[in-house]
Amino acid sequence: MSARELSKDPLNVIIAGVGGQGNVLMSFLIGSALVRSGYFVTVFDNYGASQRLGAVASHIKISREGANASPLLHEGDADVIVGMEPIELLRNLIRFGNPEVIAIVNTRPVYPIGVISGEVDYPELNKAIETIRRLSAQSWIMNATEEALRLGNPIYANVILLGALLGSNTLPLDKETMEGVLKEELPKVFDTNMVALHRGMDLVRETMNK
Amino acid sequence: MSNIEIDAPGTTQLLLGNEAIARGALEAGIGFATAYPGTPSSEIMATLAPIAKKMGIYAEWSINEMVAFEAASAASLSNIRALSSMKANGVNVITDFLVNLQMTGIKKGLVLVVCDDPGGMTSSNEQDTRPIAKWLNIPLLEPSTAQECKDMTKWAFELSEELGMVCMVRSVTYLSHTRGNVRFGRLPEETKKAHFADFYDIDDPQQSKYTCGMQFHPYKQSEVLLKRFSKAQGHCEGSPFNSYNGPNTPDLIIFTSGICWTYATEAVKILNLQDRVGIVKLGTTWPLPEEFVTRHLERSNKVLFIEEISPLVEQSVMELAASLPADRPRPTFYGKRSGHVRAWGEQDLNLVIQSIATVMGTSYRSRQSSNAEYQSTLKEVAKTLPARPLTFCPGCAHRASFWAIKIALQLDGRNGFVTGDIGCTAMGMISPGSFQVRTYYAMGGGVGIANGFGHLNQFGFSQPVIAVCGDSTFFHASIPGLINGVWNKSNFTLTILDNSATAMTGFQPHPGTGITATGETGKKVSIEAICRSLGVSVQVCDPFDLTDTVNTLLKVMRNEGNATVVILRRECELVRARRERKKPYKMYVDSSRCIGEECGCNRICTRVFSCPGLVWDRDAGKAVIDEAVCEGCGLCAEVCPQGAILKEAL
Repeated sequence: MSARELSKDPLNVIIAGVGGQGNVLMSFLIGSALVRSGYFVTVFDNYGASQRLGAVASHIKISREGANASPLLHEGDADVIVGMEPIELLRNLIRFGNPEVIAIVNTRPVYPIGVISGEVDYPELNKAIETIRRLSAQSWIMNATEEALRLGNPIYANVILLGALLGSNTLPLDKETMEGVLKEELPKVFDTNMVALHRGMDLVRETMNK
Repeated sequence: MSNIEIDAPGTTQLLLGNEAIARGALEAGIGFATAYPGTPSSEIMATLAPIAKKMGIYAEWSINEMVAFEAASAASLSNIRALSSMKANGVNVITDFLVNLQMTGIKKGLVLVVCDDPGGMTSSNEQDTRPIAKWLNIPLLEPSTAQECKDMTKWAFELSEELGMVCMVRSVTYLSHTRGNVRFGRLPEETKKAHFADFYDIDDPQQSKYTCGMQFHPYKQSEVLLKRFSKAQGHCEGSPFNSYNGPNTPDLIIFTSGICWTYATEAVKILNLQDRVGIVKLGTTWPLPEEFVTRHLERSNKVLFIEEISPLVEQSVMELAASLPADRPRPTFYGKRSGHVRAWGEQDLNLVIQSIATVMGTSYRSRQSSNAEYQSTLKEVAKTLPARPLTFCPGCAHRASFWAIKIALQLDGRNGFVTGDIGCTAMGMISPGSFQVRTYYAMGGGVGIANGFGHLNQFGFSQPVIAVCGDSTFFHASIPGLINGVWNKSNFTLTILDNSATAMTGFQPHPGTGITATGETGKKVSIEAICRSLGVSVQVCDPFDLTDTVNTLLKVMRNEGNATVVILRRECELVRARRERKKPYKMYVDSSRCIGEECGCNRICTRVFSCPGLVWDRDAGKAVIDEAVCEGCGLCAEVCPQGAILKEAL
């Protein structure tokens, strides 16, 4: 399959979230679909030592030129950031954001231990969302976890956000390739994943797009 | 997720560096693979084990790295190619055997894959293992991409066999854990036949070649080793994994290896210096391909070294340069010695851009830093973001165990403390473990150091000592320390936090689970039977029964003058959840019973106990369960003095 020309090479994507939300799976699905579409991809999942609830960021670099990209983005060089959690999006925006960045964010917070114990404050949610809007060229804001709970499990938030990413047309990915990957990699939950994927695509159409 | 066993040459898959290493071993026709789990190396065996039977390979998670490597050596000596993989710390464990194996050499290809962790993201240190290769004359290969992880692992077997010595492939976290395009080669078809028969024919035809010392004086074996190793240079000289990319006479030439080559390549492109800077990529970093290096040294009078972490290439190239005739050019060297490259921690694109820009006398502005207003807004936002520190997972038994240890030590009142060990239990040193762990070094180090603390009473030492280890750590390296304590009558309590898995590295089985790497039923080894056979008192508690656990710990701590064992046993919650796919309890807070800050308990639920599934509703001033996070373990119901946290069996 010959790859379409990219708006920039490498095109850089970050998937930011919290351990347990399915970051690693999502970046793998995106990467696999891109390889099938003929691109060279590097995917690094920065998850450190904690199995659950640590900050996780997957760095994806997409290129037509070669497979030799380094695993991490450098300062200010993200083209798209997907936040599975609002402050994790902000955390990555601070390091990798720039005025042209595109943001897709799940508004459901996952509170860090320090917030639970009361040592530190979680930023006011509306303000955090407003900051994301202000610091990105384009943003899609949605409560993917709430949508996922309607499908029976909060974990589906990742495929909903994947649908949103697909619907935003920011990556050289088409729906058929993505569906093929989902069918092959996760056959047991394919039907629910299809509902989640299409819900995400719809949400992009429905939610306010700056 | 990946499918590394298919025989489809020419197809491309997105593989982790570690999966690519496993594929490379398959393409090399291995028959034997061993490992002990350790981040970032674990996925190599985790990829091989499930397909081992189908591929006709013997694969095992071994009890520790030493046995893993020794077992792999046996396969090599018996004509079967063998792979052994581990993290950097594991190489410390095998070093004694490795030093001696170098003296005898091996027979069929034996490859040691070491995954270092520059930056120590998931390790107790950030040890660079490469100097061991230089110290022991082991050929050292450093892949830079996922594709090279496969190709160089395959080549390492050929090289190992050709030279008759073990070869080392060195990866790092950012290579092992990065996925990249990998184009597959052919899988070999050959029948393997194992047989051990090899006798020395130089000095004494009676003595096996595979013994060290005795009639073969070690110095004679050293001479043979050096002869064997001298041939490695020729192989490295012509290797396609060493290459140069850049102009004929660049202003600056960069010598780099491994993942740092990708940083250097991308940095030069970002700085738009392709016409002025050349890059020498070294895939074989020991021995150096001396002719190749010398040839490229002459291209420029400025040389920069970028590598992780120790200045191995830097020092080796400088040694080589010093040995060249006086009429050869002497470039200026930039690197860790000169302070142009950070001498600690991992490198990254930002750092490498900085190093190159400094040496070249240019500057760089990113898309972010070229917009001062945008960047200053980001700096303001950064101040408002709470960190997300490490914690035990929701439902983790270790949270309960450290809670009980903390209460027991407080009630005991003699300033007792905990000596910690590697694995999930290490988090006992930070807030989720109530800051109980006071020393933390190495596998088995918890009980080892406790041996000493337990013998200081003659100098007035009167603090109780609780050594903590996990179940896998117990089998790996804690048993000798316990036996020593029993024999010498040291005064400590070894508390084994048995969650029935090597949890930190991905739930690998160990002798206590009775399941092998390939999923077969092995012989289950009982921790308490081992301990009881030593004649020590052994108590077993469920840490979720907090009262019983605290009382037991208190009692054994007062049992002066003897090493004792307490096993705190409860299965890793993530292992249970994966198997049962349902929560044991639905948890909820009865808001009429929760009286918030008025309670007088110092918000034990959320401020002290701090499970991420139990959060504080600031507006309501009450605790509440976060249903997207809570695993339904039921433990928090026990800590609330008001009985406001309720559990409903599901």
